[in-house]
Amino acid sequence: MNETTMLPFTHASFQQHLSAHRLMGSRCAACGAMHLPPRAICPACRSAQMTWVEFSGRGRLAGFTSVFIPPTVMAQAGYGRENPYLSGVVELEEGPKISARLLGLDAAHPEGISIGQPLVVDFIDQGDGEKRSTVLAFRPLS
Amino acid sequence: MPATRSLPRPVAIVAAGISKFGAFPGKSSRDLFVEAFLDMESSASKGMDARAIEALYLGNFSSELFEHQGHTAPLIAEAVGLTPIPAVRVEDACASGGVALRQGVMAVASGMYDVVLVGGAEKMTSLPTAEVTDALATAADTQYEIPAGFTFPGFYAAIATAYMHRYGMRPEHLMNVAIKNHENGALNPNAQFGVSISDWMQSRIAAAIKKGKPAPTWQNVWDFLHDDSANPMIAWPLRLFDCSPITDGAAALLLVSAERAADYTDHPIYIIGSGQASDVPLHGRSDLTTLSAARNAAQQAYQMAGVTPADIRFAEVHDCFTIAEIVATEDLGFFPPGDGYKMAEDGVTARNGAKPINVSGGLKSKGHPVGASGIAQAVEVFKQMHGLAGERQLKGDVSLALTHNVGATGSTCVVHIYERKN
Ligand SMILES: [Zn+2]
Repeated sequence: MNETTMLPFTHASFQQHLSAHRLMGSRCAACGAMHLPPRAICPACRSAQMTWVEFSGRGRLAGFTSVFIPPTVMAQAGYGRENPYLSGVVELEEGPKISARLLGLDAAHPEGISIGQPLVVDFIDQGDGEKRSTVLAFRPLS
Repeated sequence: MPATRSLPRPVAIVAAGISKFGAFPGKSSRDLFVEAFLDMESSASKGMDARAIEALYLGNFSSELFEHQGHTAPLIAEAVGLTPIPAVRVEDACASGGVALRQGVMAVASGMYDVVLVGGAEKMTSLPTAEVTDALATAADTQYEIPAGFTFPGFYAAIATAYMHRYGMRPEHLMNVAIKNHENGALNPNAQFGVSISDWMQSRIAAAIKKGKPAPTWQNVWDFLHDDSANPMIAWPLRLFDCSPITDGAAALLLVSAERAADYTDHPIYIIGSGQASDVPLHGRSDLTTLSAARNAAQQAYQMAGVTPADIRFAEVHDCFTIAEIVATEDLGFFPPGDGYKMAEDGVTARNGAKPINVSGGLKSKGHPVGASGIAQAVEVFKQMHGLAGERQLKGDVSLALTHNVGATGSTCVVHIYERKN
């Protein structure tokens, strides 16, 4: 048994998996429902018996935007009116959806991006040492 | 299907007031609430004695981030001279006002109180725009949504892309909502941007000529709205005129039991339906083109009121973004899914249409002081039902109305139905 399989079903654990480039959610041991983000309690059957499960990372674009007026943290990273970025909601092939950055698509011409676009998971590592963090992203499945 | 609930006893609005909405340096949320309170007192046709008020429920999203002031409700109560009544702050993001109203309704309906003040106040313009954006973002899921780069315009933009894909709507269709709501807001003296987009365009042209610059060549509002310099992209496909503004403002309502209503007015406005629901973050939903919390809250309110969507004469809905109004008119059952944008295009939701939506100008033109917006919607219902809406007064039957107030992307929605019985 991998030591990460003992982690509690929290955001901190999700981030710990993400920093190891693994997209991990929870699976209800009672009814089999898969949850992403991970949940401690299954809303389908109320069970609190969960196990960690790795998602395949393949999915499709369900909704998106190209952000031209960014929040402070993205503006500090150099994004803005002349350098927009894409955020989206991705439906995983296992069923659940998740919010993520979108890479490898043209943020300056979002009208060319299609709902249903096949995607595969990617990971944006930023910062070093204590400040290192990983952001969930997807890019076109080639 | 939620259980049908009923109020243990009837509750009526007998007075309603609103501050001017806009950007007011030097005015705090307390100062704005005083304006709304005085306007409310003057609206009670038989007069009112504020010493009868037994409790305050105040909608306020984030005085901590906007004004560096927590524990706001007792200070608001003090500002209008109501210490020591119980003062309760209610926070459900942009639905704080509508939820405060619902708390007030339950407090009177339960028999606990006979006379309750409900209000909303938000002071947003003291921060730079980027910090306001950051403050509003705390209403979303800061663990799983915000790290993906989403802003509030971005969330509603994602809803718009899913809607466009399913129903064939184009970004241009959204502009019909902005044009309509600014035309309505131009007739509302309390509105932040009380000017039609056409007049806005003309003033931009006049300003350019006055400064000796080349005059813009916009032939009509569509040219204007498609011009990146006049209507910049915020979060594709949403542009500046698809977004409600950052606003300072406050609003107030006096709720009383039916037995006490005649002390204040011969024409009480009864709250005959109230519903509220919550939902998961946007990415957790099976369908991005509808807000299930809105459908759930509306169903509760319709069942309590014993009315149908077709019975509603006019509605104030939560148009924080143009796409939000289109989705709202479908979630409330006014139009089938996928028809909302066509109804906006065909003028059905215009002031002289069959189903007037946001006659006040909506959040879009009137302004969106987030904690006050849900109360301001009810103030518009009161004014329309009392014939006090001036140039924007609806003609014909206004005896049954609805308000729809949303928190974040629909993690909260609260719906109320109002009736003037005589
Ligand atoms: Zn389960």
